[in-house]
Amino acid sequence: MYKEIRLSGTGGQGLILAGLILAEAAGVYDGYEVIQTQSYGPEARGGASRAEVIISDHVIDYPKVTSPDIVLVMSQQACDRYGRQVKPGGIVLVDDTNVGSIPALEEASVVTLPITDIARHDVGRQVVANVVALGALVGATCIVTPEAMEQAILARVPRGTEELNKKAFSVGLETGREARARHETP
Amino acid sequence: MRSETSIRLMQGNEACAEGAVAAGMRFFAGYPITPSTEIAEHLAAILPKVGGKFIQMEDEIASISAVIGASLTGAKSMTATSGPGFSLKQESIGFAAIAEVPCVIVNVMRVGPSTGVPTAPSQADVMQARWGTHGDHPVVVLCPTSVAETYTLIVEAFNISERWRIPVIFLMDEVVGHMREKVEIPDSGKLKIVNRAYPDCEPEDYLPFDADAGDGVVPPMADFGTGYRFHVTGLTHDRTGFPTTKRPEVDALIRRLDSKIDKARQEVTFVDEVLTDDADIVVFAYGITARAGAKAVRDARASGIAAGLLKAKTLWPFPDEYVERIAQKARAIVVPEMNMGQLVHEVERASKGKTKVISLTRVDAEPISPSEILSVLKEV
Repeated sequence: MYKEIRLSGTGGQGLILAGLILAEAAGVYDGYEVIQTQSYGPEARGGASRAEVIISDHVIDYPKVTSPDIVLVMSQQACDRYGRQVKPGGIVLVDDTNVGSIPALEEASVVTLPITDIARHDVGRQVVANVVALGALVGATCIVTPEAMEQAILARVPRGTEELNKKAFSVGLETGREARARHETP
Repeated sequence: MRSETSIRLMQGNEACAEGAVAAGMRFFAGYPITPSTEIAEHLAAILPKVGGKFIQMEDEIASISAVIGASLTGAKSMTATSGPGFSLKQESIGFAAIAEVPCVIVNVMRVGPSTGVPTAPSQADVMQARWGTHGDHPVVVLCPTSVAETYTLIVEAFNISERWRIPVIFLMDEVVGHMREKVEIPDSGKLKIVNRAYPDCEPEDYLPFDADAGDGVVPPMADFGTGYRFHVTGLTHDRTGFPTTKRPEVDALIRRLDSKIDKARQEVTFVDEVLTDDADIVVFAYGITARAGAKAVRDARASGIAAGLLKAKTLWPFPDEYVERIAQKARAIVVPEMNMGQLVHEVERASKGKTKVISLTRVDAEPISPSEILSVLKEV
């Protein structure tokens, strides 16, 4: 296996933390080789933010993502910039709470889910949108095992927020699985 | 779960901090600057737990000065910075070199000159690392290519610094500093740790800069505050530590300091060779660019090109003998660098005209990609 994943959005959405958690799920808990890199502007909030993860069975030579298999976009700016950069056969996961103009791709699947709305209304806190997104990512792509992802999330989130984050993950996971099922049975 | 295993996902900067503490570093003084800040942040959290001291100083010059002072008292000491801060520290690095104070200076390279692009990677400080401070001076420069290598190589940095009483520059780049990879933390007992040589004479007989009391190159070093009183100066000095301008004494000091590098050369040179045995074209690379080089070499082999990689983890002293050996058998050496071409001149010098040397430069604040290197390998 060799998979490249790009998580993109706006500073403050927690995407760099999401990248770190995804990398820990794959590397520490599922036992793959893994590299996580990131790119961000000087702004703490509001600037473009991008985290990248490579998961492989073998030693990874080059740490930067060159042609992603899976892309998460959580802002219109990120969607415009990265929404079309995906390998043929890959998946673009779009948070349509924040993205109005969604790309139509011929060679890759586009899965739209209201990730931020789910965090806000179904989980109750918008701040956990990144964890909902991780759940949706695992549900829609099976990139890591749900067990590894849940362990990785619980090891990283602040004490006292475990139940909230567990809920965010399971709601996201379910939504992702449903989207996958819809996609596979047109 | 993480506490049950020695495998951790770590940032390069975190591995630098953890490795330094494992090497015995117990004093850090710094002034935060992107992209090195996580080193200071992490040390602020972990140093007090092992009885060490963390100080955030008022600026970069004060930081390196505090490091020199702490090292004189016997504490293995370190500072960490990036481009503009590294420029500020240069004068004191020369002081550490002439006063023979062991210390490690980490520079996580970002785009310069001046403020440049603070959040983006570069490799443009490799010449400054060797010659940033004025005067002939001994210095060793190490450069890791991965997070795991950062951990093990920073331990070597301290060992070299202690063994030879020299400043060691640890050159990382923004990508290595910020990326996360798995690191298997070695048991502390398994790490080779070197400590400075102490005098075995009585305090009243101590000549602080008498190399003959040691191995003829490195004088034994007493800790300040233990009764061995001595004078430390940036002026040229004799064996007593007091200033001298006598021609033979000045000559002897500069030549002795300089000779440390020749004597140390073999034990401080870390180079990895990948598929160079039968290679027709060899990529010479360091830092994050060596990772792109490794991928390019693998891809080139897949398309029938006999490519190899010479990965330099020691940049200074420059690994002449490795490059010369490659130059004798390879058709070309390709030197990708995230600068306008700095170490390529050293590769040319060490090649002695025996092969073609090709420079590949990139200065747009993005790392060099494997495909860029591959296309050069295909053209040669």
